[in-house]
Amino acid sequence: MQKLFENEKKAFMTGNEVVAWAALAAKADIMYGYPITPQNEIMHYWTRLAPKFDKKFLQTEDELSAGFTTIGGVMAGRKAFTATAGPGNTLMQEPMSMAEMMRLPTVVVVQQRGGPSTATVIYSQQEVNMTALGGNGEGLRIVYSTSSHQELFDYTIKAFNTAWKYRFPTFVLGDGYQAKMRESLTLYEPESRGINLIEPEPYLGKAGVPGVDRPPAQFRNTFSMEEELYELLMGYVKDYEKIMPEVAEYQSSGVEDADLVIVGHGIVFRAIRAAVDTLRRRGLKVGYFRPVTLRPLSIPQIRELTAGVKKMLVVESAYGQLARLIKEVAYGGTAEMLTMYRPGVGITAEEVEAEAEKILK
Amino acid sequence: MGNSSVQPVMPRSWRVDTKPHKFCPGCGHPLILKCLGQAIDELGIQDRVVFGCDIGCSLLSWDFFDLDTVQTHHGRTTPVMTGIKRARPGLICIAYMGDGGGYSIGVQHLVSAAARGEKITAVLANNTQYAMTGGQMAPTTLPGQKTETTPYGRDPETTGFPLPGQDMVSSVAGEGAYVARGSIANPRQLKSFLKKALENQMSEKGFSFIEALSACPTNWRTNASETWDFVERKMPAYFKAGEIKVPAGGQGEVQKDG
Amino acid sequence: MGETTKIVLAGEGGQGVQSVAGIIAEAANEEGRQALYIPNFGVEQRGGVSVAYVQISDSIIGSPKFQTGDIVVALSGRAVRRSSRYVGSNTTFIYDSGIEGVEGELPRNAGMILPIPAIETAKKDFHPRVFNIIIMGAVVGATGVIPLESAKEAVEKKLGYKFEKQPKLRELNFKAMERGVELVAEAAKYQPV
Repeated sequence: MQKLFENEKKAFMTGNEVVAWAALAAKADIMYGYPITPQNEIMHYWTRLAPKFDKKFLQTEDELSAGFTTIGGVMAGRKAFTATAGPGNTLMQEPMSMAEMMRLPTVVVVQQRGGPSTATVIYSQQEVNMTALGGNGEGLRIVYSTSSHQELFDYTIKAFNTAWKYRFPTFVLGDGYQAKMRESLTLYEPESRGINLIEPEPYLGKAGVPGVDRPPAQFRNTFSMEEELYELLMGYVKDYEKIMPEVAEYQSSGVEDADLVIVGHGIVFRAIRAAVDTLRRRGLKVGYFRPVTLRPLSIPQIRELTAGVKKMLVVESAYGQLARLIKEVAYGGTAEMLTMYRPGVGITAEEVEAEAEKILK
Repeated sequence: MGNSSVQPVMPRSWRVDTKPHKFCPGCGHPLILKCLGQAIDELGIQDRVVFGCDIGCSLLSWDFFDLDTVQTHHGRTTPVMTGIKRARPGLICIAYMGDGGGYSIGVQHLVSAAARGEKITAVLANNTQYAMTGGQMAPTTLPGQKTETTPYGRDPETTGFPLPGQDMVSSVAGEGAYVARGSIANPRQLKSFLKKALENQMSEKGFSFIEALSACPTNWRTNASETWDFVERKMPAYFKAGEIKVPAGGQGEVQKDG
Repeated sequence: MGETTKIVLAGEGGQGVQSVAGIIAEAANEEGRQALYIPNFGVEQRGGVSVAYVQISDSIIGSPKFQTGDIVVALSGRAVRRSSRYVGSNTTFIYDSGIEGVEGELPRNAGMILPIPAIETAKKDFHPRVFNIIIMGAVVGATGVIPLESAKEAVEKKLGYKFEKQPKLRELNFKAMERGVELVAEAAKYQPV
């Protein structure tokens, strides 16, 4: 394949365009998709770029199909992905629960919109529950929550590697703001930065006659016995727990001496970081903790935090979806848990700053 | 004299170590899968077929063949096979489902795959009800037929008439599509339809769809003669066997290499 | 975190506030600065007030939307009402002096209120279609976030294909932009203290 960029390229574009470029840079082979705002332009850019790089696209009849065709694509041994949002993400949970059961390296980009139901096409952080823990299972998935276009690029590339390395369905969780806003970033060929792209391999359709040259490759998600399912799942859970320390990512600053640590993810983290920066300059002992992966979380770091600091403030554009995940890990810690919930609306640095001041008064 | 010396002839593509199979006595699935196995054998494509099955009784075929197989969700076999075919056009993809999966919960997938002319083969077993879940009404249930959700018989006034699935599919399928209905009552014909359907995929003509009239004595609560009466006489009154759509100008050149 | 310039542009659909915002942000990016532009989108973009948020900085930019702008530009009566919420004591509020009946609704808490006759100037001295270029000049003049030359280059990049066919258009656009800078400067001169 021809090179996408000569080494590095500074760009200024929307987040949806960033995702399409990142998928190309990650050497994704095929996208399956169904229109829903605010992720549409991922398909728009992919369909324009794909033929130039010998890539494929299929517009399916709905998100169930987009998810299940993506499953077909990865089982055929191709790097396949899809993108969705809101009610589409709701439908996407059915195929993703199958991907979870079969340990399939699907990659799904979610651009969160308001919820529940149709709500707004604009923005929210209300798809955390669903993306991290959706489907009728245990949430054995990997979810990266990005906060900038650079991260959208970096983590979309990373998602393909993570998925194919660990074989858990992997999600890039963005939002409508990230989808539609334009900002500066640097595009690059992963190899030029020493990132080794993992080669996909087929589950089905390998060489040889099944039953003659090799056993048939047969995959199911149905089990007759409770114990059979239990054994399998506990094996998965063990695998998942083993990789957690490797996969979990976080970012934190100023927590060592902090009276208050502000916790948030995704684009809200930007408001938090700006607020903490201002408060620190004014001499207030404030820090931040930002989970980059929402599944799995960086458990030891969160435990340490909640055992050490006096107060924590969880800020999110949802009504407690992140807080629920954090509180579960923090159980037993001594930090007082405060919350700032703004379901479905953006949060500015000024608002976070004001809330923190109120707490510290 | 024991009867152990007389073994039924299994298609080469069947997986021997999973026989006897898991279906109920008298079930139509093994008869359909025998015809399918024979068609695969005759075409010599065991090395490049991918077989997909649904939730519902069809899932019991997940280890039935010596074929690469994936068992999916209710009605989702069609998109999974579509996804595989789009990613690896050299593979021959068979989506095997029941009438609930194909005509009800996954009807959008079947119709859309037909409309897009996906180069896959969908095979649907019609036994006029949901069998795995205990015998509820399906889109294919005959008027007056008793099921667990129509205990006094299906009343078309409130639940409609049996879905003409073949007409539905053939009306949206493109020129290159092959659509036919066979029956376990005529295995020779069913096998030839299945073979033509696979050839249609191999020659990259278009979508192919076979409905097979099947039997479910367990849920029908019928004995052998009542079962055959239902399959041979009652079902064809609504579901006529035969080729409904064949590609214009025959099936063309079959691609031999994958 | 360094100083970030925050700009809000509000107008009616078709007045070009989104393209002006996009061009300014892109020009800043070309200058090697951090830039972020987010449109209000959603159902409101059809027939409602169109609002664009731009931030330009030398370091990391915070949340895409903000509460108080350094420059807030309103191009219609509805836009004046809608955008007043982004005005603080350090905000320069620019509006088109041709908008009637908004005198009583201007955000009096603004650091500076600058009425500029952009619509009228476009009509009289240039062409109604370069109205948004005058506005762009006004924003560049009021903020100094990018040099006038880079703003021109950015316009050249966007409309160059049109200028090739009609070189006169280039001059028209660039002159309009310069006029926008002047209009703001003149308005600031007469600003009551």
